[in-house]
Amino acid sequence: MTDKERDNVVCRCEEVTLGEIQDWIDRGYDTFEELKRVLRVGMGPCQGRGCRDIILREIAKRTGKKFDEIDPGTVRPPTKPIKLGIIGGREKK
Amino acid sequence: MKTTEILVVGGGPAGLSAAIEAASLGCDVVLMDSDLKLGGQLIKQTHKFFGSREEFAGTRGFEIGNLLFDEVEKYKKEGKLEIFSNTTVTGYYKEDGIVSYTIGEETYDLIKPQRIVMATGAQEKRIAFPNNDLPGVYGAGAVQTLMNVYGVAPGEKVLMIGAGNIGLIVSYQLMQAGVKVAGIVEAMPRIGGYWVHAAKIRRLGVPIYLQHTITEALGDKVIEGAVIQEIDNTFKLVGEPMKIDCDTICMAIGLTPTCELLWSAGCEMKFVPQLCGYVARRDAMMRTSHPDIWVAGDAAGIEEASAAMVEGRIAGLAAAASLKPEGCQMLKEKSTDYLKRLENLRAGETGAKIRCGLEQVCCECWG
Repeated sequence: MTDKERDNVVCRCEEVTLGEIQDWIDRGYDTFEELKRVLRVGMGPCQGRGCRDIILREIAKRTGKKFDEIDPGTVRPPTKPIKLGIIGGREKK
Repeated sequence: MKTTEILVVGGGPAGLSAAIEAASLGCDVVLMDSDLKLGGQLIKQTHKFFGSREEFAGTRGFEIGNLLFDEVEKYKKEGKLEIFSNTTVTGYYKEDGIVSYTIGEETYDLIKPQRIVMATGAQEKRIAFPNNDLPGVYGAGAVQTLMNVYGVAPGEKVLMIGAGNIGLIVSYQLMQAGVKVAGIVEAMPRIGGYWVHAAKIRRLGVPIYLQHTITEALGDKVIEGAVIQEIDNTFKLVGEPMKIDCDTICMAIGLTPTCELLWSAGCEMKFVPQLCGYVARRDAMMRTSHPDIWVAGDAAGIEEASAAMVEGRIAGLAAAASLKPEGCQMLKEKSTDYLKRLENLRAGETGAKIRCGLEQVCCECWG
């Protein structure tokens, strides 16, 4: 793995690179939920639509598990970022 | 709180078909779609469809969209179908079956449907390579939207990644729009899409690099080129890196079902590579393990729009019949025909992958 490849941006929303993800997997953070907590991957505007697959594949590769053995994490609403004000009942202008 | 008998999430080929069928059985239907204009991928598809006569083979995608819009209009006039565009369903709360949605960015509201058809479609897959975050790297769907919906050329010279049908068709459409295509890069040793699409590209002199991959995008602030390299059967790099002159990189790696709402509803999900990701287990009538939720189209597994429309019709009909006992006879009659049409679409060698995928997620009926 070259340095250039380690610098590949995997989670664009939170600007997390492949290298960072690999390092944390090797430290034992080998589920999507754990990586989300330490790196904020999948917590940006796209909610993991861009990076979840790539990260699950990387976990599978580094732990030797099969892709469908990796817990893909819990999906929670909202499916896209929404302004706090509109759920907080802010009056419409 | 707003209520409805049937909520259809997604206004692409599957969702439109589901809404039409459900309304035809006399149900009150609400259809929500996140885009400004209904039709999903259909409105950007300028190519003629294959498939079968019943599913409009020989007709261009956007014209199929127009045919569906005519049917939608009819039920709208009758007051059976209400359309919310620019509306994103943001959550399904399984405790009470309430659905939250936003209209644009400023309105947030709730709706309680009795039944839901999830026709949320698909999202594009990505691969990671150095500089993949530079402006000028697009998904093929985004390029098609820019060109065919908004009339904007994405760049002057495009490198296409992926020689499946989407990669081939979008390459051809780019050339029709006067954009140069520098080449098509495909990791597999063969072309994934139909030969007729590939032949059109080759006749125009565009190289298709089989067993190649992109190793790097070049450029500082924007894309100024790309490096590709040959790979062997184990995807290991071999041969010499080759520089390609381009200002846009378009990724047509593949799609994966959009299934966040199905996950949050607690539907039984299964990873099926042939259907390109996690999909909901369902019966022949497209009902998921959640008794109030049906699924249709790409959200149920990546396939062509022709199949999505038939699945949508089955799901819409079945969801409606579960509320209208008098609709059960209609369901029986029509679904026999619809299932036959699906079988025809999935017949032969091209349907083998889909058939194998479906075997893994379809059950006779929920006990």
